[in-house]
Formats: sequence, C-alpha cells, structure tokens
Amino acid sequence: MGTPFLNFSGVAAPLVVENVNTDAIIPASYLRSTSADLAEGLFARWRYDEAGAENPDFVLNRPPFRTSALIFAGPNFGCGSSREAAVWALVRFGIRCVAAPSFADIFYENAFRNGLLPAIVSQDDLAVALELACVPDGASFAVDLPAATISGPAGHVMDFCIPPFRREALLRGDDEIETTLRLDGDIARFTAADRIARPWIHSIGARS
Amino acid sequence: MKMASPRTLFAKIWQAHRIRALDETRDLIFVDRHILQETTSAAAFEGLAAAGRNVRHPELTVATQDHIVSTRPGRDEGTNPGGAELMRLMRINATTNRIAHFGVEDPRQGIVHVIGPELGLVLPGTVVACGDSHTSTAGGLGALGIGVGTSEVEHVLATQTLALPRPKTLRMTFEGKPGTGVTAKDLVLHALGRFGIAVGAGHAIEYAGPAIRALPVEARLTVCNMSIEFGGRLGLIAPDDKAFAYVAGRAFAPKGTEWDAALAIWRTLYSDDGAVFDRELSVDAASAPPQVTWGTTQEDVVGIDECVPDPLGIADPDRRRRVEDALAYMAIEPGRPIEGLPIDVAFIGSCTNGRLSDLEAAAAVVRGRRVAQHVRALVVPGSTSVKREAEAKGLDRIFSEAGFEWRSAGCSMCVSINEDIVPPGARSIATSNRNFENRQGARARTHLASPAMAAAAAVAGAITDVRRMG
Repeated sequence: MGTPFLNFSGVAAPLVVENVNTDAIIPASYLRSTSADLAEGLFARWRYDEAGAENPDFVLNRPPFRTSALIFAGPNFGCGSSREAAVWALVRFGIRCVAAPSFADIFYENAFRNGLLPAIVSQDDLAVALELACVPDGASFAVDLPAATISGPAGHVMDFCIPPFRREALLRGDDEIETTLRLDGDIARFTAADRIARPWIHSIGARS
Repeated sequence: MKMASPRTLFAKIWQAHRIRALDETRDLIFVDRHILQETTSAAAFEGLAAAGRNVRHPELTVATQDHIVSTRPGRDEGTNPGGAELMRLMRINATTNRIAHFGVEDPRQGIVHVIGPELGLVLPGTVVACGDSHTSTAGGLGALGIGVGTSEVEHVLATQTLALPRPKTLRMTFEGKPGTGVTAKDLVLHALGRFGIAVGAGHAIEYAGPAIRALPVEARLTVCNMSIEFGGRLGLIAPDDKAFAYVAGRAFAPKGTEWDAALAIWRTLYSDDGAVFDRELSVDAASAPPQVTWGTTQEDVVGIDECVPDPLGIADPDRRRRVEDALAYMAIEPGRPIEGLPIDVAFIGSCTNGRLSDLEAAAAVVRGRRVAQHVRALVVPGSTSVKREAEAKGLDRIFSEAGFEWRSAGCSMCVSINEDIVPPGARSIATSNRNFENRQGARARTHLASPAMAAAAAVAGAITDVRRMG
C-alpha cells in the first residue's frame, strides 16, 4: 500500500521554460549508484556553478522558494529519458505537485506512481498563477485533489485536469502492482490461451 | 455479411495483447519481452524483494549491461569507476531470478535496443517493454516498444503486464525519394524541425509512405528510435518481407513450423485501407538536405546548407528568448551558416546509429582520410556482435588508420553516465538522439547528425556537407 495523497499548501516556484527535460531535472551523473543524494542533484546543472557553489539566480536557491512544494512549469515538462529518478529527485526535494500545460508521457505516469501530482492546467490560468507566484516573498498555493483545484492568493482558483482513476488511486494511495495482481485470473487465462495461439512467444527457441 | 471495420496496425497489435480493459481509457496489456538494463532495474528488484514478490516470467525477460559499461577495449565489470555497483546488482539480480544475463564479457552484450532486434527478441507484432525511453526502436520491426520508468519495470517483473492508457494514433507519411547523402536520421531530424518535439505526445506514431518503405530494416530502427523525441509513446513501421527476412534465423526467433505460424500472423500486420488515425502529418522526404541540430532540443535543426536562426528576425517573444538562450549555450553566432563550425569531438554510436550499416556509412566517408588534428573521434559499436561483424569486414582498421578510437560496445557518449564524456565547453557532433544542455557532459555542446555527417565533420574538423566529400 502506498501513502494516500493529502491536500496541502505551500510556496510555488515559477520555472516557466518549455520542454524541461529529465536530464535537466536529474543529471545522469547522479544515477551511477543507488545511494546518490537525489535531492541535492535536482536541477544540479542549473542550481550550482562549476565549482559547486549555488547559483543565486536559480529560483530554487532563492529564500522563499527553497522550501517550495509546487512548481509552475512550461509545456512538455519531463521530456526525454524514462529515468524515474527525475520524479524521485523532485519528491525528495519536497515538491508534491508540478502544474504545467502538458507533460511528457513517461514522466507523467512515473509521477503518479510516486505520489507526485502532475496537474495539467490551462495556459491562461498558469499565466495568472505565475504573476501571483513571482513576488519576492513567494506565495502560498493550496492543492485540493478531490476538487481538482489549486487556489492562490487574492481568491485565484485554477482547475486542473486529472483522469478520474488517477485521482482515486492517489487519494487511496493504491499500489498498482497489487491492483494488477488482483486480476491474476484474467492474466492467467490470457497467458494460457496465448501459449496455444503464439507458442513461439512462450518457448524461446535458442534458450530452451 | 458484416465486414470488420478497418483497423490501424497499432490497434491490431494492441488488441491482440489486451488482457482486459481497466476503464474507459486504459487497458491491461500482456508483455511478450521484457529487457532490463542496469540503471533502471536495481530499484525495481529491490521493490520486488521488499514486497515478497517473484519475477513472474523470467523466461520472457533478459538483462544486458549497456549504460554504465566502460567502452575501453579489454574492459571488464570493474573497469568503470563508479558504475561497478549497478553492474554487479544487475548480474546478481538476473542470476538469482534465473534471467538470461548478457554482461560485459558476453558475446551477446550490447545496447538494449540494438541487441533486441539483433537476437530476435524483438519480433513483429510483439509488445516489448524496457526501462528506457528508446524502446520505441522496436517499432522498426513492427513491434510495440514501450519505454517505462522503474516502477513499471517492477510492475512487468511482477505481472508480465502493463496497465496503460490507450494512446491516440498519429500517421506520419514520408513522401518522395530522399536525395543523395540523406539518411533515415536526416528524415527524422527534418520532421522534428517541422513538427516539433511535442507533436507525438500521447500518440502511437506510425511511419508510412514510400520513403519509409524504401528503408532497410536498420534504418527503420533508427526512425522508430527517435519517436520518443517527438514526445511519442511509441513508433512503428508495418513489417514487410524485408523485416521478415531480417528476423529469420536470429537466435531467439521462432523456427520451423513455429516460424510458419508466426509469419502467417505477421503478414496481417499493416494498417487497413480506410483505417482512421487521430492525426495525420506528411513530410516531403525529397526536399530535405542532410540535417544538423544547432540548439538544445531536437527541433532546433537546419539543413547543412542553411543558417542557424537569428533572434532578431523572430517576432514571438517567447520563441525569440528560447532561440537566444540556445544559441548562447551553444556559443553560436546568430544567423551564421551551420557549415564550418569547428568541432572538438565526433561520436559515432548509440541506440540510434550504432548498427553495422551505420558504421559502414561512416567508414565509407573515412576510408583513406585522416581525422583532423584537434578532434577526438570515437566509434562505439552498438553491440559486441556489431563490433565483431565490423571487424570481420575490416572497418576497425579503416577507422583506426584514420585516427578514430575503436571502442567496445555500450551507450558511451550518448548519456554521460559512464566514463565517455564530452569535456566542458567542447563542441561535439554525435549520432545519438539528444542534444539537451549538459547531456553529453557538463556544458557539452552537442550537434546531432547522421553517421556519414559525423564522419565527414571528424575529417574536416568542422561541420561539413558530406555530399561534397565525394
């Protein structure tokens, strides 16, 4: 069983570039071992200079945004490689929701499986939210998953899109493998019939 | 009599693998082949063990080492500083779970997307899953290649299934005949330039048209490999006699009566006349010269005889800022011709262009020439078998005599997770698939191109038009 997703509020960091790729989210050099500090590696090439010092211009290094729980991002967030470490890095840093007009497919699915909410919002709503978020002290936004809304200062509320089954699974904290294993009878029936229809799939020539 | 309604190639394969619908938008899909690599599988095995679950079908699963491996000749599992742990875990996890394992010393070792087709693990009409986005490569043989994250690797290990949203379908038709020197890689880069890197999001892309049908199988693998660069879930090309001939006799391919039965099914794998796609796009293959990327996404691409954009001429402020940023990162003067940019590194290899035909195309350009003095040039075969075949044809000698490093098989300079890294600030021409900032190493500047174009640049010491090298 995973952890059920609870409503929360927190500071939102504006990171409004298009096509933020997974190499940018977590560079490959952090993927060489199972024990790398992924929170430290989050956006490493943007957060640090060549000597390893923090880049003061990068949003997550600025005081109100160091503790961001949300990121407002441009379209096609998470494009590139399938590395789930991109999602793990965001989660370990403390990010619980990325709101963007669109996400890359694999990242989108990886996010749900780790309790990170990828909220699809309209460009217009996002533009307003960004204006509210881009203030020196930052701004707090509240994410309400059952209502599928993100509420900001001054009464601004934006709806986000989420497939109903995803919302339910997040709220319950479903373990997807457990859910699939409950369909074991269907899988076994399919496999038995397929062994007859396509024996070459199941009896791999050279290895047997 | 009621006629069956026309179906797309994608729908035929998907429906044949549907165990059941999960809801209005998702299906539970059977996975025929699961290929593991060392960087995305360790945590999956950890999760599996923690939950007390077993690998459901080890006989449908294989493991190879590719991302972290050293490509130094004579390398072993310990050669690569920092990567040994994940390689050891892969070997142990595979052995413990009775999964076939192709380690660095195994003659079957190589990049997942190169060995899959090469060993006959990828067959027409199959569903192939792997924890790597370029699994879409399998589409070159008419298979659904589905790249997934680590949680999904664990899901496949435990259930031999994937719970997937049904993708929409997009047909990209390549009309006309490509000109001299224009390869499969150029066709994809050209299409990326036209349609952008998000056009395929949420879609299964079928590549069609005369320019695609004319491609040999290895070139089709190159096209489908880059489906993920369109944001697509997967890409595929209807298998034909060329594809069946490619598969015949491969190690894990069906034989004898099973071959005949398989072939009967494979011959039904095409989009029916009148099949409806959610989206259709068309490209004129005849109009594209050889392509080179200039920026930091794959849509930042121009023909070799063109100039990089000048932000001054771009009205849209967002687009202008993006072009300015990309040119600044790449240290390229606005509006200059792409040709003539001096390079420091040339990398020929990767799951996009590390097959024998790619190496042959590069060798044809290199033969009798020398790599420019200031250039480091590497050829990295996509698999140990490609390396062996290339050596049997004497390609290693052509490359070595020209001053190229002849390496062992692996992902190498595509991904900068191993020791093959482009130095900070250096300019690289690469046959791989991603030119993102820092992709080939911190501050590396990457230009994507075909193997022939990369070879030509290595010799000239600058980005150059291979068509003029005769």
